[in-house]
Amino acid sequence: MVSEIIVQLKGVSKYYDDTPALTDVDLYIRKNEFVTLLGPSGCGKTTMLRLIGGFEKPDSGTITFKGEDISNVPSHKRRVNTVFQRYALFSHLNVFENIAFGLRIKKMKEPVIQEKVAHMLKLVNLEGYEKRDVNSLSGGQQQRVAIARALVNEPEVLLLDEPLAALDLKLRKEMQHELKNMQRQLGITFLYVTHDQEEALSMSDTVVVMKEGEIQQIGTPEKIYNEPINAFVADFIGESNIVDGIMRQDYLVEFAGNTFDCADAGFDQDEPVDVVIRPEDLTLMPPDRAKIRGQVRSVNFLGVHWEMIVDGSDGTSWLVHSTLMEPVGTTIGLGLEPMDIHIMKKVRA
Amino acid sequence: MRRFTLTPYLVWMVLFTVVPMLLVLYYAFSVPTAGGTTWSLENFSRFFEPIYLRVFLRSLSLAVISTAICLLLGYPAAMIMAGSAFKRKNVVMLLFVVPMWMNFLLRTYAWLTILERSGFINSVLAFLNLPRLNILYTDKAVILGMVYNFLPFMVLPIYSVLSKIDKGVVEAAGDLGANPLQVFIKVILPLSMPGVVSGITMVFMPAMTTFVISRLLGGGQFTLIGNLIEQQFLVVGDWGFGSAISVVMIVVILLSMAVMSFFEGPERDVALW
Amino acid sequence: MVRHLKRSYIYLIFAFLYMPIAVLMVYSFNDARSRGMWGGFTLRWYVELFQDRTIMHSLYATLIIGASSAVLATIIGTMAAIGIHNSKGPAKKVIMNVTYLPVLNPEIVTAISLMLLFVFTRVRFGYLTLLLSHISFNVPYVILSVLPKLRQLNKHLYEAALDLGCTPLQALWKVIIPEIMPGIVTGLLLAFTLSIDDFVISFFTTGSGVSTLSITVYSMARRGINPKINALSTIMFTFVLALLIVVNVRQAREERKERNGKRAPKKDSPYDPKFGSA
Repeated sequence: MVSEIIVQLKGVSKYYDDTPALTDVDLYIRKNEFVTLLGPSGCGKTTMLRLIGGFEKPDSGTITFKGEDISNVPSHKRRVNTVFQRYALFSHLNVFENIAFGLRIKKMKEPVIQEKVAHMLKLVNLEGYEKRDVNSLSGGQQQRVAIARALVNEPEVLLLDEPLAALDLKLRKEMQHELKNMQRQLGITFLYVTHDQEEALSMSDTVVVMKEGEIQQIGTPEKIYNEPINAFVADFIGESNIVDGIMRQDYLVEFAGNTFDCADAGFDQDEPVDVVIRPEDLTLMPPDRAKIRGQVRSVNFLGVHWEMIVDGSDGTSWLVHSTLMEPVGTTIGLGLEPMDIHIMKKVRA
Repeated sequence: MRRFTLTPYLVWMVLFTVVPMLLVLYYAFSVPTAGGTTWSLENFSRFFEPIYLRVFLRSLSLAVISTAICLLLGYPAAMIMAGSAFKRKNVVMLLFVVPMWMNFLLRTYAWLTILERSGFINSVLAFLNLPRLNILYTDKAVILGMVYNFLPFMVLPIYSVLSKIDKGVVEAAGDLGANPLQVFIKVILPLSMPGVVSGITMVFMPAMTTFVISRLLGGGQFTLIGNLIEQQFLVVGDWGFGSAISVVMIVVILLSMAVMSFFEGPERDVALW
Repeated sequence: MVRHLKRSYIYLIFAFLYMPIAVLMVYSFNDARSRGMWGGFTLRWYVELFQDRTIMHSLYATLIIGASSAVLATIIGTMAAIGIHNSKGPAKKVIMNVTYLPVLNPEIVTAISLMLLFVFTRVRFGYLTLLLSHISFNVPYVILSVLPKLRQLNKHLYEAALDLGCTPLQALWKVIIPEIMPGIVTGLLLAFTLSIDDFVISFFTTGSGVSTLSITVYSMARRGINPKINALSTIMFTFVLALLIVVNVRQAREERKERNGKRAPKKDSPYDPKFGSA
């Protein structure tokens, strides 16, 4: 099912005092999609959100909403709403009036307002909190008010700027779930900004990985995780071993003092590459049968699995996740399947 | 340790704050008689004689007018300075505060030089062939002096509240469809109320009780409530009546603060620094 | 466009604030007694100012009273703040409210109440009464500058000092006091400026023969314009301006250093607007 494009950025750049925050970005968002902008702080993800929300104007390029250029339309005339990072609730208004704010601006009739706000309070599980002072609410409750305040205006796109960043882990998990449910129920397009890769992977239909004002990769969570386009994405999405390698020929790569079969082709002969291997793809095996050998330097129990750092005989260290454990000092072998060896072009020569 | 640190101050506080206030109350509620003193409300009933009542009302109206002018001039100034019109906000605020570091009397005295018959303004007016402006020793000069001296007390608390307002809140209001005017009326103004309230209090209080500005710019015969108190203590020697007026002043100010705190809303901690 | 309008408004306000001072400064070099006219450049008023014994005496008195009351008020106030910070319950509330009293009271009321006290206790009006009064109205401001710093303090700092072998007094002196030093310095400076600027309370609590600068200016100004006051204003304004510039430049440099050193940013504003008197 491919739905229509609702928001599109074409060649958008934005500078703050000559420092680029976004350079020549192209992106489209389809209706009803849950799109996440993911990247470390300073990568331009929040800037992109603010451009779409109308809080900033692009220095070049265009932003269209349903085919109409909105690059210079002020935020109060856009049909998108935002959930702000630190909630930005109106501390002089109670819960009800916070949520009703947008409706009152639109001069809706009182019974309509009552009904819509009541409906929203139910949706975000805050029935009975109408008269409460927003400052007396917990972080999670304030977050719900902020979401309700945006959603009650029935925006076509909801922008969320790290909405869960201030919540503790357990609450964050709960809210992730609820947000995803709301998005499915209401059929609204969500554009979600986060630096938390787990959050991005678990909630999104599409993940946009960004770095230094440029988009690195756009794709489904599975694709981003399993087929990262470069070492940066691989490293940022989950933990990875990234080692230098040389592509000897198609489907054959040399690294860690050995050659391995792999699933990648299309590189120059003897081209230096980054080899990315997920720690959970390395399996423990007897040293005499393995191509990679090393000594266990440290072992950490992480609950579901063990985390081991193995010093390879050629000097490379390997991060290994395994349900099995070998004590520190043991010499072990590490095995891996050709499918689990990801070959990437070197980002920097 | 607490006893060691707190005791000297407690003694000091009782001696130099509590006892003096009790003395004021004592003098206000007593009158001298042949054999000593007796409790009486006579000092207060004198206050309600028409001449004194007129002084009170005049002080009140001048204080209200100059507070209003300070608010009208000061709010936009605070808003501009808290906004993005200037790049180096700290420098602008510093420039704003510097005149306050001048001795208060010298600042007031400066207006004498400007306003007097052959002063700066009239020289300029004469040079332009315009009629003289004679406002020295009138109400207008007193109001001018109050506005000049107290304007910073209005601007600073409002500025400090405005600059603490989360920019996200303003953006959120815009995001929810409010145009700039609606953003101001529905969000910025109500959120800045604590600053406005403390600004009003900080201007109204000294304006109501000043006796220097009225004495210097209003001339010798110009009497406000502050001058009345001063005269009772330093000229007439009627300490009972002077104390009674002081007590009335305190009551007026406590009342106005109670009224203002009603408008203040939930956020209360607004200090000047 | 809007930005220009906004800036112009602020410039107008600045003009209003600075014009009287500027006029005074210009006239202080004017060699004509009639202020309307420019009679040529002169330093006559400055010479006369320094030869005026009344003014010089009151300058001396102002500085003495200012410095000594600021130091004493800072000592009393800092100790009081530490004591208040460590007390609880209704006693604390009462102490705080009484502390606020002189801040909230109209100055003239504080002034006459102190005057009544000195009359009642038959203390001779003069340096002593002046000093006691100045300490009294300065102490609350010191307390209010130090208390916030104490609140920011890590609760366990004092306990840590004891744990490491300090006696309570050592812990106070070696740990707590250095930690709240910025607040103490702010309080000291505030007290000094408030004392120098004060007129009303000094006016009611001084005795014959002792006069502060404010009182001298008042009595001169009541008799009309005096070019010597213009000269005095010019000197004082220049002095204050120079002091503020030095303090601010230093602070800016320190802040830059701190920022480069990735230390926690300082929250204090670079200036502490002082309360005025009326």
